[in-house]
Amino acid sequence: MTDRIATDLIEVENLEKRFALDEGFLETVKFRHGKIVREKREVHAVNNVNLKVRKGEVLCVVGESGCGKSTLARLVVGLLKPSAGKIFYDGARIDQLSQREMLPYRRKMQMIFQNPYASLNARMSIEQALYEPLHVHNPKMSRAEIYDKMAEVMQSVGVDPSWAKRYPHEFSGGQRQRIAIARALTMDPEFIIADEPISALDVSIQAQVLNLMLEAKEQRGLTYLFITHDLSVVQHFGTRVAVFYLGSLCELADTKTLFENPKHPYTQALLSAVPQLNDEKPSHIRLRGEIPTPINLPPGCPFESRCVHANARCVAEQPAPLQKPDGAIVACHAVEEGRIE
Amino acid sequence: MSGTSDLSRWTRFKRSNLVYDFFHNKVAMVSLVIFAVFVLSTVFAPLIAPFDPYDPLQINIMNSELPPSWQDGSDPQFVLGTDDQGRDLLSAMLYGTRISLIIGICAVALQAVLGISIGLIAGYIGGRTDSILMRIADIQLSFSTLMVAIIVLAVAKAIFGSQSFNEYALFMLVLVIGIAEWPQYARTVRATVLAEKKKEYVDAAKVLGFGPMRIMLRHILPNSVSPIFVISTVQVANAIISEASLSFLGLGMPVSQPSLGSLIASGQAYIFSGSWWITAIPGFFLVLLVLVINLLGDWLRDVLNPKLYKG
Amino acid sequence: MSLLSVRDLVVKFAMRHQTLTALDNISFELARGERLGIVGESGAGKSITGFAILNLLSKPGFIAGGKIMFDGKDMAALSNEEMRLIRGDRIAMIFQDPMVTLNPVLTIGEQMIETLQAHRKISRADAAQIAIVKLREVYIPAPEERLSQYPHELSGGMRQRIIIAIALLLDPQLIIADEPTTALDVTIQADIMELLLELCQNNKVSLILITHDLGVVSQMTERTLVMYAGKIIESGRTREIVNDPQHPYTQGLINALPQQTLPGHKLKQIPGNMPGLGALPTGCAFHPRCDFATETCKKTMPEFINFGDVKVACHEVARLHQINKTAEQPDD
Repeated sequence: MTDRIATDLIEVENLEKRFALDEGFLETVKFRHGKIVREKREVHAVNNVNLKVRKGEVLCVVGESGCGKSTLARLVVGLLKPSAGKIFYDGARIDQLSQREMLPYRRKMQMIFQNPYASLNARMSIEQALYEPLHVHNPKMSRAEIYDKMAEVMQSVGVDPSWAKRYPHEFSGGQRQRIAIARALTMDPEFIIADEPISALDVSIQAQVLNLMLEAKEQRGLTYLFITHDLSVVQHFGTRVAVFYLGSLCELADTKTLFENPKHPYTQALLSAVPQLNDEKPSHIRLRGEIPTPINLPPGCPFESRCVHANARCVAEQPAPLQKPDGAIVACHAVEEGRIE
Repeated sequence: MSGTSDLSRWTRFKRSNLVYDFFHNKVAMVSLVIFAVFVLSTVFAPLIAPFDPYDPLQINIMNSELPPSWQDGSDPQFVLGTDDQGRDLLSAMLYGTRISLIIGICAVALQAVLGISIGLIAGYIGGRTDSILMRIADIQLSFSTLMVAIIVLAVAKAIFGSQSFNEYALFMLVLVIGIAEWPQYARTVRATVLAEKKKEYVDAAKVLGFGPMRIMLRHILPNSVSPIFVISTVQVANAIISEASLSFLGLGMPVSQPSLGSLIASGQAYIFSGSWWITAIPGFFLVLLVLVINLLGDWLRDVLNPKLYKG
Repeated sequence: MSLLSVRDLVVKFAMRHQTLTALDNISFELARGERLGIVGESGAGKSITGFAILNLLSKPGFIAGGKIMFDGKDMAALSNEEMRLIRGDRIAMIFQDPMVTLNPVLTIGEQMIETLQAHRKISRADAAQIAIVKLREVYIPAPEERLSQYPHELSGGMRQRIIIAIALLLDPQLIIADEPTTALDVTIQADIMELLLELCQNNKVSLILITHDLGVVSQMTERTLVMYAGKIIESGRTREIVNDPQHPYTQGLINALPQQTLPGHKLKQIPGNMPGLGALPTGCAFHPRCDFATETCKKTMPEFINFGDVKVACHEVARLHQINKTAEQPDD
């Protein structure tokens, strides 16, 4: 890997997102222990996250359900507004912009979604779906120019341009995902956020789409924020990996470093749980208990209830991300105190 | 993967699930045929009606209360008999059905436009706007259409006087029935919009930088259309019945321009005195019309429900 | 005698314009206590195989031919009532999505007691006791409390454990698990798989594990069938298939895994898509996507040949095997 001086394309500072479960006055009034109290329950989806995405890299975000990775993706792309914290694109703050002000950034940041069956409008032909963004963002482009661009982008994702008049339901899952990628590419973006783009596809098709994304990255110099739960994809495709648990960052490191030397107990458990071809039987690090809910999180480390190494400090205090000598950033008291070797 | 878009729209429609199911469903086929007969006969009423019921010169009071042609004492030129004014019942019914259908369809069109717009806005924007609009809808729903219509029309009749009221009866009926029933549409569309809003293609549209108007009209609305078709058929039937009820009560179409409802009303007094056909025959056809519309609506609902017709 | 014997099973779908063949002469044996994996992608027919064994195919699917023998009895000859008694009691099935499998308006206890009482004459109290024992076996903490809880009050992992407990309530001889962990997180998946393995081994229950994940079959099963477009194309000992796959499709599947390619390099993808049932190619169904396809492949369906513990249906493999055989023959 070449050593470049990379600038940060995306920077996320102290980002928080809370969803209120009880909205409106009546919902918050509850009967507890014989008294009437006002209680507001909140889901802490993203908790005080600091992250940077360097230009040209593929930053993979992994974690299990409830870890906040999808919420993070939607915050970065502007579909959700943060409850606290800041988001910067190429140095400029974008989380407080109005819809109009966001428009130029919309061209640079595009998103690919998980479900290829839902991310394309079933009532629009491919032609209409690709024409619309081009026309809306380039009102001066002539019809012919738009059609040329459409054909070029369709070919680059491996979909025959002559099929443009067809509707999404006439295509397979893999083809639909290609079309979704084509739609994102019509904007000539710099940055693509991919939210589990291949999870819904068959194994042999996953390889095709992954190759396509790799190719697009090399040809167009793209930067990716890649959300996934599939660690083998991360190992192959990712430059750096961020491991999340219940809305907090556990570990952030270069892919090689993370897989060779996982430090956070959750990362270790996660890696051990992935079934490998060479396994003769299931054997993994057992975690205590179940994944708790991200509602009204306790003050300490979110992983504490399942962690074998947890102590009193873990219950009370949230660990701060600290950098290790090999470049990995780990948020864990046990690692900091040297209790895990 | 082989696609079917290379075929023309018509060929695709012919091969579609809807058409296939239709030709395998006797009830749907029969209903559509009967409905088509109704519609065509009303469209061609001026050509097929033996008399013009609006032309006072053609009405002879001496012909009143003649029974239908299969009974004794009838006059063969009045196939279904005559009413108390001497009008040919068949002709009166042809024109009357025409009025019923016009009112039904126009009122539903008005309901649809109002209801869809309000439902779209409430569903997409959400929040306070949604609450306010839906509370208005709820309040309106708690008033029965008929009750509101009676009050409004009675007041209008009192204000404008019978004469001018009768001239504008058609418009008034369309307006009243149209405005009374928009909550049905609004609720249905809002429910669909709420579901569609969560889908990823809406997120994709937002990420592509499209504004809310474009997303509402070009993306969400086309996907919310199926339930609209289903309730529209039922609403047309309801509108026809509402209009018939109002005319029956004397608040609808005047006797000179009768709809099926007012025909039924005018014959009511004569049921027990022997001239049953003045009420019964229009009554029968009204029921038949509403029945086939409802049956078609039921079939449409089943066929358009993706969970039911798969496999 | 094997517990389950499937011979030349054919399943078809009666669609309005045509009849499609979803399973084309599927044959396999399953011994008591043996764990078999069925691997394939969506549309290959693996779930249909599972449903066919339990005669749970919904219209327009139907069994068009073949024999399914369970514990010596011909399943096709059984009446509906006899079939119902087998389901849940002798053969249990675990489905993919635990939220949809459990009835959301019944408590866990009611669902378990209902299952027990449908097959055995026992009182509610006795049934509740058995339920608690089974819940303990799947390591559910505080099992007595669970009986009065509803599915939505429990996490995905717990629900799937409860479903496994329900599957084991009547001590079945065979469990068919259809993608039991696809909807679960990876750490929970690992727990569930370990649990399932332990239970099957301890209770000597046979297992048919249907999945698309080769890593999972590698961990869990002794033998595997690889399916493609409604046919079995390779079958044999799991270790052999995973370490030394013979059929080009199996090889392709394994090679397409990201672990098999150096990071940053293009993955070895299999071109094209699995054909839909209505558009099956002539000859070998895989030939349009196969690097080794020949004219024979386009015309005739390959037969199975044996490779020790593995059976493969591929012309090229057969041809190379023939060459090797003749090469090994000592000259007389």
